[in-house]
Order: sequence, then structure tokens, then C-alpha cells
Amino acid sequence: MRTDTQHNAYMLVCILLVLTQTVMAKTWTVCTSCEHSSIKGTIERAEAHDTLLVQKGTYREYEILVDKPLYIKGIGYPIVDGEKKGEIFQVRSDHVTLDGLFIINVGVSYTKDNAAIRVIQSKDFLIQNMVLEQLFFGIYLEKSSHGKVYHNRIIGEAVDEYNSGNGIQLWYSSDIEVRKNHVQGTRDGIYLEFSDQITITGNTSMDNLRYGLHFMFSNHDVYTHNTFENNGAGVAVMFSKFITMKNNTFRKNWGTAAYGMLLKEINDAEISNNTFEENTIGINIEGSNRIDYTDNDFIGNGWAIRVIGACYTNTFKGNNFLYNSFDISYNSKLNDNIFESNYWSSYTGYDLDRNGIGDVPYRPVKLFSYVVNRTPETIVLLRSLFMDIIDFSERVSPVFTPDNLQDAQPLMKIRP
Amino acid sequence: MLKILKYSFYDLIRSRWSYVYFLFYLTLGFVLLFLNNDVSKAVITLMNVIIVLIPLIGTIFGVMYYYNSREFTELLLAQPIKRSSIFMGQYFGVAGSLTLSLVLGLGIPFVLYGLLRSNAIFDFSLLLVTGAFLTFIFVGLSFVIAISNENKIKGFGYAVLLWLFLAVVYDGLFLMSLIVFEEYPLDTFSLVATMLNPIDLSRILILLKLDISALLGYTGAIFKKFFGTDLGFLVSMAVLFLWTVLPILGLRHKAKRKDF
Repeated sequence: MRTDTQHNAYMLVCILLVLTQTVMAKTWTVCTSCEHSSIKGTIERAEAHDTLLVQKGTYREYEILVDKPLYIKGIGYPIVDGEKKGEIFQVRSDHVTLDGLFIINVGVSYTKDNAAIRVIQSKDFLIQNMVLEQLFFGIYLEKSSHGKVYHNRIIGEAVDEYNSGNGIQLWYSSDIEVRKNHVQGTRDGIYLEFSDQITITGNTSMDNLRYGLHFMFSNHDVYTHNTFENNGAGVAVMFSKFITMKNNTFRKNWGTAAYGMLLKEINDAEISNNTFEENTIGINIEGSNRIDYTDNDFIGNGWAIRVIGACYTNTFKGNNFLYNSFDISYNSKLNDNIFESNYWSSYTGYDLDRNGIGDVPYRPVKLFSYVVNRTPETIVLLRSLFMDIIDFSERVSPVFTPDNLQDAQPLMKIRP
Repeated sequence: MLKILKYSFYDLIRSRWSYVYFLFYLTLGFVLLFLNNDVSKAVITLMNVIIVLIPLIGTIFGVMYYYNSREFTELLLAQPIKRSSIFMGQYFGVAGSLTLSLVLGLGIPFVLYGLLRSNAIFDFSLLLVTGAFLTFIFVGLSFVIAISNENKIKGFGYAVLLWLFLAVVYDGLFLMSLIVFEEYPLDTFSLVATMLNPIDLSRILILLKLDISALLGYTGAIFKKFFGTDLGFLVSMAVLFLWTVLPILGLRHKAKRKDF
């Protein structure tokens, strides 16, 4: 009994504390013609856990330091104009929320990575509904964790790689959710370096100079349901482990070194249910091991999969390869990867026992792809009768292509 | 000329071979669409057919028609008609009727299967235009061969050899030279070599629409300019037109000088 009353009393104190805090928390209104006309000044005066309502208008401010837990909300998208002088928001406190601001004109620098919003060593932040334009770096998270970047719109006008920044950059951060953002026209749309346990969902990254999404030395990350379109390369995953990539769409990444997905030194990853459509190279794989490619659709790519070298124990299962100029390209005679139960649109075998699996194995590597690897100009002979004859004879008796590289159970019907 | 064109044309339209040719394309079109049910994939398969079969049929048909109508030609030559209009009339009659068979034979099944509503219509019309060009080019070439050879067997032999050379052997030599000289910059060479063969040229023209993503994979400024912009399409079309005009001029030239 006694413990119970004690417990109740404790609860009451708790509730009271929370209540007083909410009552104590003040709401500041910032507008160009009010008493508080600058965001920076109001933040200095505000106490922890206060709310700032920034009214519509233009605020010419930069290097705004948020060093206490605040909720800063824009009403009707107020413009914060940095006038190209430097960084605009810098968050150095836990529990900060930034919501609904329109930030423009971040200063471009060749010595400092100026960002529209930089979060430094903070936890539990929320950055949402922001619009960033004319930027250098967009949202830069530095040694931060447990935050959320949600529903922001980042539109850059990057022309050259050396004087442009990344849309969303995570550096030494962990446990962060990046959701429903739209990034376009930056250097790398989303860039992760030394960042673990990051979830990236439902973002659109397009027209970026380099990569739509870029991983460097980042492990145990998940990205799903994103769209990458018309970037230098859709997604570059490099030197990382245990990355899960699901339900993403990679479209129209065209050009001489353009890939839907570029894998370099990736181990133990899972790539499933993605769609690769009309890329010059669907997936470019180099030095990547133990990866499961399942249930992906490769449609109308130049090369669906190009394996450069040193790729072992990968499994390709249940994928649809539809109308690609080349299904698989290999540059060695060694093969340690398994191709099983895929659907290949150029498969010409038959199925006598009617079990849905072709009776003749399919060899996805054409001799022509070897020739093109060696002398790239020969690509002008694509689909010529002469090449078809040579490919056919190679298929009948493989000399140049790895003879165990085959799908022994090709599907007769496309996987729905 | 128009009168002779009309006679040749009607003569051919009524002939069995035109019907066979027409029915062949009609069945091909229907079978392809029936098996695939996908217009864009059928276009790829059709491309292979078009760049191999059309030149072959154009060549054989042209040579055959020329030798068969030799007596009629001699009769016409006795009349006060210009030589060029006799041969031009016959040439356009053959090429025209073959093109008509091709366009109708492939067009009907595709239209019935809802091509007009699909977005492959541009690829498909490009395919037909290229096919028509190839017909005109190869009928022209075969007429030139037939007019220069009195001996039928020889004429046939040269015509088939010409087809074999342009369809298969040329690409083989092309590939060999690319591999042998791979140390040198080859992008201009490979584009020029493509232009020199009407079959390769038509293939590239169609590839520009179908496999553009693969063609853009090679790092070369000239390739990039050629394949990445409209330049490639315009240049190929212009050269293909030139290829059509050349045999016609050759035919006129030969016809003028020939002693019957």
C-alpha cells in the first residue's frame, strides 16, 4: 500500500513538472515589423524549450546559432536570406526542431563547407518541411544521432563538382532517419560518410552532378523506396558493409560513366525488389562479395550488370532481365557467382515438361560484351548479323566466356 | 516514264511474288505480335528481319525482274522513248511495289494490335522508313549489276555476293580492323566505316532509338556528339539518302551507254 501511494505521488510530481514546463515554455513571434525582428536576437533571448514562430517575410541573417532546445517554426515559408555570406543555421543542442523555413543564398567557399543547416554533436533533432535553394551544402549533420530529416526540398544549381556541395550530408552520424526529401541539382544528393544505422526512405534524388546517394565507409544502413533519376550515377555504395537496398527505382542515369548503382568493395549486402530502367549500366560491381540480388527488374539498360572483377559468392536469383542490350558483362574467365531462376527476355530455350523452368541452361554473357570490353568502339556493331552469328557459336560451345556462368533454371514466364 | 512505271508497277502488283512477299510480312507481323503481345519487343525482332531480309529480297527481286523483262525492255527500246525513262520507270516500279508490300504487310497487323495508341509508333515508322530506303538502295544496286552483266548466272552471283558482303562479311572485316588497330583512336574511323555500308547505317539509325543507353557507354567525344544529340540521326538520314541516289545515277549512266 505504502509503496503504491509513494508511486502515485511520484507520478503526480512528474506530471506537474511536465505541466509547469509546458506552461513555462514561452512562444516568441518573430516578424519583420514586430518587437522581435531578427531570428538570431530572439534565439539569444529565448529559454530552453521555447517556441519561435517566424512570420512571413524576408530575414537577411546568417550564422544563426541554435544552442538550446528550441522549436523554430516558419509560418507561410518565411525567407531566410544568407546573402552568400556564410553558413545560415548552426544547431549545437539536443531536441531542436526546425520547421517550414525557406533558406536561400548559402555562401560558397573553397575552404569551408558552408551549409544551410548544420547540426553539430546533437541528438533528437527534427528538420522538416524546409525549402533550401541557391545553396552550397544543404543539410549537414556532423557527429549527430537519433534525429530525423523529413520532407525537405533541396534545389541546387550545381554546374561544376569543385564548387558545389552535397544536398544532405551525414558525417560520423548514426541512427538517423532521412525520409521523403526531394534533392536535385547538387553534387551528391545524399552523402553518408562513417555513418551507421541510417534509414533512408521515400526520397527523390535527381539531376545531381555526381551521385544520387553516396555511401562511404558506412555500415548497417538501409535505403528503401527511393527514386534516383538522371544523376551522374544513381547510387554509389563504396567500402561499406551490411547495406540493405530495397524497392528503389534507378532511372535514366545515362552517360559514359553513368551507373544505376555502383558497388565498390561492398560486402554482405542485400539488393532486392529494385527497378533499374534505361541506365547505361544498371549495376557496376567491383570487388564485392556475398551479396544477394533477388527479385530486381532490369529493363532496357545498356548493360544490366557489369562485373569488373574480384566478386565472389554473389547470388542472383529471381530477377527479371528485360530487353537489355547486354544482360551480364564479365571481364574474367573465373566465375564464383550463382545465377539461378532468373527470367531472361532473350532466352530462346524450351520447356518440354511444362514446369515453368527452361530445359536448356541460359548463358547470359555474350562474346560480344568481351569484345566491347576490349575495344569499346566495336559498340557500333551492336545487333549486327555478324555479331549474332559469333554470339550464337560462342553460346553453343563457350571458349571465351566462363563455361560455368549459366542460369541452369531460367524461368519461362516473367516474374510478376 | 510515268507510264512505264505504271505498267511495271501494275505488272508486279498482279504477280504472284508480290503477294507472297506481302503475305510473308503480314504473317510475320501477326506472329510476332501474337507471340510477344508487346509492341516494343516486336520492334527489336523486326529490326533484325528488316536489316537482313529486305536487302536480300530487294537484290534478288531486282535482278530477277530485270532479266525477266528483258524482251519487254527491248521492245520498248525500239519505240521513241528516252532510255533513262524506260529504266527509271522499271526501277521505281519494282522498288515501289516492294515497299508497298512491306508497309502494308507490317503496317496492318501493327495497326490492328493498337500501335497507334502505343508510344512505339515513332520507332515503328522509323523502321518502315529505313526498310523503304533499303529496298530502293538494293533494287538500284541489283539493277546496276544486272545491266552490266549479260550472263544471268553471273548477274545473280554478283548480286548475292554483294548482299553477303554488305550483310555479313563487311562487319567481319570491320570488327577485325577495329581489333587490330585498337591502339589507335578509332571513333571517327568506326563512324565513317558505318556510313559506308547501307545495312550498317540503317542498323545504327534504328539503334539510336532502341539501344541508346548502351551506345552512350563508350567514352569518346565524337561518339558522344554523334549519339547524344540529334546530329547522329540527321547525318545518318542524309547519308542514307545519298546511298539511294548513287545507284540511281549509276543506273542512268549505264543505261545511256549500253549497247543492246
